[in-house]
Amino acid sequence: MEQGYTKAQMTWLMMLRLFIGWHFMYEGLVKIMNPKWTSLPYLLDSKGPAASFFIKLTQDDSLMTTINFLNEWALLLIGLGLTLGCLYRLSSVGGMILLAMYTLSHPSFVGASYMMPFEGSYLWIDKNLVEFAALGLMCVFPTSQIIGFDRVLGRVCPILHKLKFI
Amino acid sequence: MATEDAKNTPSQEQMPDKGRRDTLKTLATVPILGALAYGVYQKRKDALRGRNISDVFQVSNRQASYLEPQGDGKKIRIGLIGFGIRGKQLMRAAGFAEPSWIDKMKEANKLNKKDTRYQQYMEQDDLNIEITAVCDIFDVYGEAAVLAGSNIHREGSDGKFGPAPKRYRTYQELVAAPDVDAVIIAGPDHWHSTIAMAAARAGKHVYCEKPLSWTVPETYMVRQAIRETGVVFQLGHQGRQTDCYQKAEEIIGNGLLGPVNLIEVCTNRNSPNGAWVYDIIDGSNPNTIDWKQFEGDPERIKEYMDYMTSNKLERYIGPEERSKFSLERFFRWRCWWDYSTGLSGDLLTHEYDAVNQIMHVGIPHSATSSGGVYFFKDGRTVPDVLQTTFEWPDRDLTMLYSATLASSRNRGKVFMGHDASMEVSNILAITVDQDSTRYADKIKEGIIPTDTPFYTYVPGQDSSDSVTSPTELYFAKRGLLYTYVNGKRYDTTHLHIREWLECIRQGKTPSCNIDAAFQEAMTAHMGTRAYLEGRTMYWDKDKEEIVKGELA
Repeated sequence: MEQGYTKAQMTWLMMLRLFIGWHFMYEGLVKIMNPKWTSLPYLLDSKGPAASFFIKLTQDDSLMTTINFLNEWALLLIGLGLTLGCLYRLSSVGGMILLAMYTLSHPSFVGASYMMPFEGSYLWIDKNLVEFAALGLMCVFPTSQIIGFDRVLGRVCPILHKLKFI
Repeated sequence: MATEDAKNTPSQEQMPDKGRRDTLKTLATVPILGALAYGVYQKRKDALRGRNISDVFQVSNRQASYLEPQGDGKKIRIGLIGFGIRGKQLMRAAGFAEPSWIDKMKEANKLNKKDTRYQQYMEQDDLNIEITAVCDIFDVYGEAAVLAGSNIHREGSDGKFGPAPKRYRTYQELVAAPDVDAVIIAGPDHWHSTIAMAAARAGKHVYCEKPLSWTVPETYMVRQAIRETGVVFQLGHQGRQTDCYQKAEEIIGNGLLGPVNLIEVCTNRNSPNGAWVYDIIDGSNPNTIDWKQFEGDPERIKEYMDYMTSNKLERYIGPEERSKFSLERFFRWRCWWDYSTGLSGDLLTHEYDAVNQIMHVGIPHSATSSGGVYFFKDGRTVPDVLQTTFEWPDRDLTMLYSATLASSRNRGKVFMGHDASMEVSNILAITVDQDSTRYADKIKEGIIPTDTPFYTYVPGQDSSDSVTSPTELYFAKRGLLYTYVNGKRYDTTHLHIREWLECIRQGKTPSCNIDAAFQEAMTAHMGTRAYLEGRTMYWDKDKEEIVKGELA
């Protein structure tokens, strides 16, 4: 047992946290390092009930610049937060919001087909949703105050507890 | 959760070496960042290693260039002749859409946000022209042209319009009008050269829809008229403005494909509209259509009939009397040789002109054709399936044109070289040949793949110093990146008209000038004659004549 978790529980929780963190960081980095990257074709290819909302976003150039910037840096910062255990709960919830947006834009509905095919086969539940659920799980089984910057942050800045950021 | 969190917080009494352990536990995952940085570094190195091919494959970073408008150019007064399907498209590309079209586009955008044709039209540059004259022999089109020409604010039916252009009943009156500087010709094929000659002789600059000519004799005459008068002439192959063609020219010029011996170009369509079965427009009848003018210029008709009868090709004439009024023949004139140049003139010419732009091939040495009316057995005389093979023995080159109007299977424009093949469309892709000599070493080292395109050029994107990601390519092929990224989307027809206008203003020669047009027309005529007569046609370079081959 280590502070409420068994060693095995802690190991797998950490593994999940680092894997998701790694995934977010790399997705963010790839986009930041490619100056031509834009979410525009992805958004234009939106399907489902929220499609018109996402397509509408693409009609405004300056809004697209903001969306691209926010997406790139949110991915990287969320990844960093999860990996380092820094503002852990804020990062998890942020990640869940991003994943929810991707799912809304590209739901795996029956009959929805996309230009860029998925690499697997999905019905209703896709990998975005699995990752979404995993982040939810990590919110209720936090590890950042055991391993992570939040150990210190929580002590130095107790308000972060109150705000549920960590 | 708060209590659970508190439970997890280590108490100071339990941890005598708290400081060290605390720091360790706080920073335990930081090395992960190092691992990520190393991974990203390796991945980039790998991507760059794969592209170290500059010793065998050099492509410049140059983007396509276009003749840019000068700010202080004078306003050019345009006369439009022919306001059918193509005439309407040309007017829109020039900035003068019908108000009803604007209404339709606004509505389309309301129904589907992805449909941005209205927005694109509104963003199209102002070409600094005025439509002062229009001419159409069908009243409905003539009146619609007047309305479009006066739509200077690009408004819908409820908008405010500018001064209406004058409508003329004949092209002769229009080209004689003093308030016309230049004409756009979008009548049927059998009128192109005749009107172009009249306009040039009246001192008007000419933008003429393709093909240049309907008969062979008029092809020489129109070239002479343009040359003698010195007017600025542009043939309507808007493909000249395709970004990728400029890059393709550079690539072939640099020898990156090795010797190119075979080019395959195609037309595939599969709808009545694609096969020229156009709508019969309401309000069309003998009172609203000037049939006598539609029949054609008597001199041209004689040239056509002389050729047909002297070669025993009567079966391709008619079948209806030329003088007999027919709505089908008026709106679907492309289906009959009596007015049309068939697949050769309508669609082969686009493909040929692209190849001529990219490789400067000129008129081929020979042409052989086959095909027939295999699907649209609606009384037409022009074939709906056509294969034409052109040979340039002095260039060791064959161009195969293959067309069907009854299958929309997508086949590209492919340049096949010994070292690589290049497919050109809105994007350009080069696939290296597995048996290439030039790239043999790189293939062996595993740097150049042969099973997938290893170089792709996506217009508007910095091409040579970055790896186009599979995702980008995937979307680009479907027109999404090309259309929306990197600023404005340009319609090639708009750019083609713009180039012509700027050449008038700046005293320059357009890209599809009369010499390119002459080559285009003669090449198409060779293909057509080869089909009609069932024998190979040769081009005598010195005499500039089509010479018949022996009957097979």
